[in-house]
Amino acid sequence: MSWINLAAIGKIVGFGLIAGAGLPALFALGLLALSKGGRTQTAGAAGAGGADSDVVVGGNPAGIIVAAFCFLIVLAALGWGIYEIYQIGHPAPTK
Amino acid sequence: MNDFLLVLVVITALCFDFTNGFHDTGNAMATSIATQALSPRVAVALSGVMNLVGAFLSLAVAATIASGLVDTNVVTLPVVAAGLAGGITWNLLTWLFGIPSSSSHALIGGVIGSTIAAAGGHAIQWHNLVAKVVIPAGLSPIIAALVAATGTWLLYRISRSLTERARGHGFRIGQIGSASMVSLAHGTNDAQKTMGVITLALIVNGTLPKNATAPFWVILSCALAISIGTYLGGWRVIRTLGKGLVEIEAPQGMAAESASAAVILLSSSFGYSLSTTHVATGSIIGSGLGKKGAGVRWNTAGRMATAWVLTLPCAGLMGAGAEFLARAIGHTPGVIVVLVILAATAATVYWRSRANKVDHNNVNDDWTGSAAPADPQPAAAA
Repeated sequence: MSWINLAAIGKIVGFGLIAGAGLPALFALGLLALSKGGRTQTAGAAGAGGADSDVVVGGNPAGIIVAAFCFLIVLAALGWGIYEIYQIGHPAPTK
Repeated sequence: MNDFLLVLVVITALCFDFTNGFHDTGNAMATSIATQALSPRVAVALSGVMNLVGAFLSLAVAATIASGLVDTNVVTLPVVAAGLAGGITWNLLTWLFGIPSSSSHALIGGVIGSTIAAAGGHAIQWHNLVAKVVIPAGLSPIIAALVAATGTWLLYRISRSLTERARGHGFRIGQIGSASMVSLAHGTNDAQKTMGVITLALIVNGTLPKNATAPFWVILSCALAISIGTYLGGWRVIRTLGKGLVEIEAPQGMAAESASAAVILLSSSFGYSLSTTHVATGSIIGSGLGKKGAGVRWNTAGRMATAWVLTLPCAGLMGAGAEFLARAIGHTPGVIVVLVILAATAATVYWRSRANKVDHNNVNDDWTGSAAPADPQPAAAA
C-alpha cells in the first residue's frame, strides 16, 4: 500500500500534455494553415482579410488541405478518447 | 428493509446530484461563456446534454466512492441520508458565495462524517481516504495548471501571425468542442458518484444483493438530475471561474478546457476519482500563467483553496451533526426532521441568493471582487 503512485502520475502528466496541450496545438496549426492567403500574399503574414477582419479562411488550397488534415486528426483523437472511456466504463465480461 | 426510508434517501441523493450539476456547470462552461464562444443559455444547454450522454457513457464505477472509503457493514439508510444532507448543505452554502468547491468532496465528507458519528473513526478506511482523495486533490490542480499553461503558451506561439480578431474567432469555434469534452468528462465522473450512493443505499436496504451494479432506473434518474441541474446553471460559480481568476481570451479558454478534459478522463481511467472542480480551477490558473501579461487574481484563488481545504471537514461536520440529530430523534422520524431542516436551509439559501442575483444576464460583468456584480442592473446601465 503506497500513498502515492508516481508511475500513474507520470503517465497522467505525459498523456495529459499530449492530449490536453498537443491536440489544441494541432488545432492551432490547422487554424494557421487555414488562414494562409492565396498566391498573391506572402506566406506567414496575417493572410485572411485585413487587420480588423475576423475571417479565418485565407483561401490557399494547400493551406485548406493541411488544415483539414489537422482538424481530422483532432476529431479522430477525440473519437478514440470517447471510445476508450466507453471501454473502461463497460469492461468486457472475460478479462 | 424500510422502503419508505429508502425512497427518502433516493430522493435526497437525486437532490444532491442536482446541486452537483448546477454547482459544477462552471467547470465546463465558465471559460466559454467568458470568451463569448457560446451564449450563456446555449452553453448550459449544451453542457446539460453532454452530461447526460457522459452519465450513460461510463457505468461500471458505481459504489466505489462509498465502499472504498467506509466500512459498508456499519452504514445504514439514516447514515446515508445524513451524509447526503451534509454534502447538500455545504454545496448550497459555497454556491451562495460563488465558491467553486468540490461537489465530490462535499459528498465524501458528508458520508464520512455521518459514518464516524454513527460508528466511530475505525469505520473509515483512512489510508484510502488520503491516498485516493486527499493526495489527488492536492496534485490534480497542479497537473492541470501545468498542462493548461503549456497549451496556452503553444496556442499563442503558433497563432501569433493571425490577427487578434481572426484568432479569437478560430479558437472560439475550438472552444465549443473542448467545452463539450469537459461536460462529457463531468458526466462520466460526477453522475457516477450519486449512482454509487443510491446503489449503496439499495444494497444496505437489502433491495439489491451485495456487489450489484447500478440498475437502469438509477442510471437514468441520476443522469437526468445532474443534467437538469447543469442546465439551470450555477451562474454564481460560473462567474467566479470565468471572470474572477483570469481575464480569459479564447485561446486560453480552449487550452484550459482541453487540459481539464484530458486530466479528468486520464485520471479516472487510472482509478482516481478526483474533483472536476479542482482540475478546472487549476486549468484556468494555468491558462493565466501561460500567457505573458495575463495576471492571475491570487486572492480569489486563495479564497477557493481555503474552501477546498475546508470542504471535507465542514461537510463531514454537517453530516455528523445530521446523523446525531437523526439518531437522537430515532429512525424514520429522525431522518424526516433532518430532511425538513435541509429543505428549510435550501429555501433560505435560495432566498438569500435572490437579494444579489447572478444569472445569464450579468454573469459576464466586470469582476469587482465578489460573486455578485456590484451594480444590480448592469445591463440597463450599459
